[in-house]
Amino acid sequence: MTPQRRVVVIGTGHAGFGVASSLIQLGKARVVLIGEEPGLPYQRPPLSKGILAGSTTREQIAFRPGPFYEHECLELVSGDPAVGIDRVNTTVLLASGAEVPYDALVLATGARARSLPVPGCDLDGVMLLRSADDARALAERLPDVASLVVIGGGFIGLEVAAVARHRGVAVTVVEVLPRLMSRAVSTEIAGFYADAHRRWGTRLLLEDGVEAFEGETGAVSGVRTAAGRRLAADLVLVGVGVTPDCTLAQECGLAVDDGVLVDERLTTTDERIFAIGDCARFVSPWGTASTLRLESVQNATDQAASLARRLSGLGVGPYCDVPWFWSDQGDLKLQIAGITSGADQVVLRGDPQTRSFTALCFRGDRFLGGESVNAMADHLSIRRMLGAGPHAASPSAAEFADPAFDLRTHAITGGAT
Amino acid sequence: MNERVPISYLTPDGERHAVEAVAGDTVMSTALANHIPGILANCGGAEMCATCHVYVEQDFVNQLPEMDDEEDGLLGFTASERQPTSRLSCQLVVTHELAGLEVRIPEAQV
Repeated sequence: MTPQRRVVVIGTGHAGFGVASSLIQLGKARVVLIGEEPGLPYQRPPLSKGILAGSTTREQIAFRPGPFYEHECLELVSGDPAVGIDRVNTTVLLASGAEVPYDALVLATGARARSLPVPGCDLDGVMLLRSADDARALAERLPDVASLVVIGGGFIGLEVAAVARHRGVAVTVVEVLPRLMSRAVSTEIAGFYADAHRRWGTRLLLEDGVEAFEGETGAVSGVRTAAGRRLAADLVLVGVGVTPDCTLAQECGLAVDDGVLVDERLTTTDERIFAIGDCARFVSPWGTASTLRLESVQNATDQAASLARRLSGLGVGPYCDVPWFWSDQGDLKLQIAGITSGADQVVLRGDPQTRSFTALCFRGDRFLGGESVNAMADHLSIRRMLGAGPHAASPSAAEFADPAFDLRTHAITGGAT
Repeated sequence: MNERVPISYLTPDGERHAVEAVAGDTVMSTALANHIPGILANCGGAEMCATCHVYVEQDFVNQLPEMDDEEDGLLGFTASERQPTSRLSCQLVVTHELAGLEVRIPEAQV
């Protein structure tokens, strides 16, 4: 029998697609999946990697091929964005004027790339990277670009810098803070990556910001920095982070504070409405703050799976899956397990000279997590270890740092010998 | 191009799912496209998790692409026990030579 419960999902990224596909598989609900972009829902990580490099096509990054959406319990509404939520009548209003009734509503609205409101930001060639269209536009221009200026030394900016540099483009990265990836990694890893990018030939300008984008014929030709530098640029990528998309939540009166606020069951202040993925600020035992908002595939996917089970009537505890992240820059694979920001002690396992090592992050005696470079086994061991919980006993800093210490065995046996 | 290759998946409940795969797709993406339960592929094929683990039928083991270090490392962390025939299906690209391939899906992926 076709299930009657109707779950409406707004957003078709990893979170929205994930919850929809899990719900269909569990078979307890009918799902309407609403996306603002036309076309099939797709994965974002390849946008700054394979799509940009030209080794991956738009078709290859679709979560599923078209026929997948012909399932009797799934309806995909693409290119018709949700513009309002009526909590009294429990309906979602679409731009076309259509109204979609819901029994449960999932907000998976994601985040929007921040732009820099400085003079010249409207010039042609000043670009953002968030959507497949953005990636395609960037990939199309790249072959004709001689000099690229990247604003922001975070994951996106540095991934693009590495791809462009590999193709022979002159690349300058401008970062306002004293080091790279300061939100995501320890000083040790940031320093290693700064050296790596410099070795690849990228110019890094730390502690400098953008004063203006310059250009005479409507197209960008340079960047003027706060420190008074003038950088030539025929393309600028602005990668200065994202803002969670909370507009719908805010307009219908849900609690919002740099993210749609949800409890550890991913429920908003309206018990019929849930939020997951980049747009959700959730109560979490990980890290050193009481709530988290994470921009990652893991977070989107695992929250989606957890919520799908809950909405299907399966017993589900509080959401507390181990957070993990990755970034591919050049031939360096960065993998982070746990929430490592807030660490006051970092010890290295392995030698950065070998380009395969891990930074282990502690706050006091508490092990927060690890940041691995080309060290998959370390990363997986730490993920497994953290699976015992955010405050579980862990090896000491000294044990971790000892290359003879068998991290994998420790992880698998839970420390029992 | 776009040649169809018959492959099949054996789910833990003993059911056999025969599908026509597209040459060039992976065994993982083919499973997802065909609603085959039990292959999660949480990372989307980026070789970052081990939730598309399969056991490959013995006859085909030697015809598969060689395993890289990442895959070997990830297979050390599968939810169901690693066996000599274990592979990550995201790394198995379907080719004409693999016609008739059968993979068994393990009990658990997470």
